[in-house]
Amino acid sequence: MPEVVSNGAPRTFLDQVVAATPSKCHLEMCIQCGTCGGSCPSGPDMDHTPRTLFAMIRAGMPDQVLRSNTPWYCVSCYYCMVRCPQDVHITDVMYTLKRMSVKLKKYDEAIAANFSKTFIFWVENFGRSFELGLMSQHMLRHNPFGVFRIADMGVGMVTKGRISFTPKRIKGIDGLRAILAKAKEIEAEDDARILGGAE
Amino acid sequence: MRYSVFPGCSLEKGAIGYPYWQSIEAILPHLGIELVEVDDWNCCGATEYIALNRMAAYALVARTLALAAKTDGLREMVAPCSACYLNLSKADTYLTQDSVLAEKVNRALAAGGLHYHPGSVKTRHLLDVIVNDVGYKAIAQKVTKPLTGLRIAPYYGCLIGRPAFYGQIDDPEYPVTLDKLLRVLGAEVVDYPVKAHCCGGHMTQISEATAFDLIRRLIKSAADTQADLIVTVCPMCQMNLDGFQNAMNRYFKTDYRIPVLYFTQMIGLAFGESARALGIGAEIVDARPALSRIGVEVPPVEEARPARRARRPKEALPMPVMPEEEEEVEL
Repeated sequence: MPEVVSNGAPRTFLDQVVAATPSKCHLEMCIQCGTCGGSCPSGPDMDHTPRTLFAMIRAGMPDQVLRSNTPWYCVSCYYCMVRCPQDVHITDVMYTLKRMSVKLKKYDEAIAANFSKTFIFWVENFGRSFELGLMSQHMLRHNPFGVFRIADMGVGMVTKGRISFTPKRIKGIDGLRAILAKAKEIEAEDDARILGGAE
Repeated sequence: MRYSVFPGCSLEKGAIGYPYWQSIEAILPHLGIELVEVDDWNCCGATEYIALNRMAAYALVARTLALAAKTDGLREMVAPCSACYLNLSKADTYLTQDSVLAEKVNRALAAGGLHYHPGSVKTRHLLDVIVNDVGYKAIAQKVTKPLTGLRIAPYYGCLIGRPAFYGQIDDPEYPVTLDKLLRVLGAEVVDYPVKAHCCGGHMTQISEATAFDLIRRLIKSAADTQADLIVTVCPMCQMNLDGFQNAMNRYFKTDYRIPVLYFTQMIGLAFGESARALGIGAEIVDARPALSRIGVEVPPVEEARPARRARRPKEALPMPVMPEEEEEVEL
C-alpha cells in the first residue's frame, strides 16, 4: 500500500505512480533484475530501460522520469510483464507515466501524445475509431512527406475497399460523451489528490 | 454455440480489417457458431485512451461491457481483434479486482444510464473459441480442400497470449494452438521463432525506425523458413505486416514479398469456400502466387475507383482555390 500523509496524498513519487495505476501494479516489489529491459522489443530506442526508470522512480526523480522517452516507446506487447518475476504490471506503469507526463506537461515526445489525442478525438466524437481521419490528421501534423512514402499502400487500401471515407457515429454518442465527461471529472478529483503534492 | 460479438472498429465495412470479418461470416455456419453483435458498441480505446485518461478509458470499455451484458443474456463475448480482446478482458479483470475502480466507473456509466456488474461478461478471442469450443476434431471433419503443400508461418502477435488476464489460453512466449489448427487444415507449419513477437503496434505512426525494425524481423524470419505466407489472428498485425511491408522494404532496401492472411481465411479455403467470399484479394502484398500452389484461384478484386471530380468547363479560367483551413480542435 502506498504510504499516505494525513491529507490523503501519497508522499513519494513512487507512491504517486502506484496510486495513479489502476488495480495493483506491484511496482514497489521491483528487484532490479533487468528482465524487463532485456525483453523489450523497442529497448534500443529508449532513453532508459524500464529497470533504470523504476530505479529513478524510487530515487525520487520525477522530472527526469517524466521527461524520458521510455513510456512513449513502449509498444504494449506485455513481454516484460509476463516475464517479471515480481509480477510488476510494467505496461500499466508505462501508461501511468505517459498520463502523468502529459498532465504535468513534462513530455518531450509530442508525436506519440498527439497521436493518442487525435485517436481520442474520433472516439469522443463518433464513438468509434476512424482510420483515414486519424492517419491523415496525424501525418499532416507530424510527417507530411511521409504520405508519399506510403502512398502505394494508401492507394491499395482505397481500391481494395479497406478505407472508408466517412466516419461512423454510434447511436448513443450523447450517452457516451456524458459517461466520458463524468469519468474525466472523477479522474480530475483523484489526480488532485494523487498529484497534489507534485509541484 | 451462441456468443455475442464485439467486431471492433477495424473489422467494420470499409476498415482495414474488413476482409477478416468477411471470412468470419463465411465460416461461421460451417463451425456451427452463431454470433450476435452487441448493439451500438463503441471503440475499445486501443492503446491510446489509457495513455491520456485513466478513468475515461475504463468507462469507455465498461460501456461496451454493459451493453454486452444486455445482449440476449449471453455471458461470453467474442472479440476477433487481439487488441480489443486485451482491452475488454483487462478492464473486466481490473474492475473485478478493484472495487473502488468499479464504483467510480459505474458512477460514470450512470451518467449515460448504464451499469456494469464486473465479471458478468467474459470476452474471448475468436481463435480460442474456434480451437477450444469447436475443437480440432470437428474442424478436421469439415476439411474438404486441405491446404496440402502450403508452407505457413503462424503469427500470433502479442496480445492473444499476453498477459492473459483470464488465464492462459496458450503459452505467452511460444504458443502452439494456431500451429495445430493449420496442421489440421492440411498445411505445413514452419517453425517460426518470432511467432509471438510484436508487430510494432501504433509505432508505424510514431517512430518508423522502431516499427520497421520489428516488421522486418517478422518478415525476414518467415522468409528464412521459406514460408509461402504468414497467417495472423489480429487486424493490427495484418495491417503492419502487409500494409507496411513495402515501406519497410524501401527503408531497408530489401525485397520481401510475403503475403499475410487471416487464420479464418485459411479455415474457409480448407472448407471449400471461394477466395472472394473470404475477402482474399484485398491484401496489399499479393497472395495469388502463394495460393496458386494449392490451386486456389483469386479473382481480381473489382476496383472501387474513387469518384472522379467533375471537370471544370474548359472555357472558364481556372480560379485559384485556397485549401480549406483545418479547424484547430481543442483537445
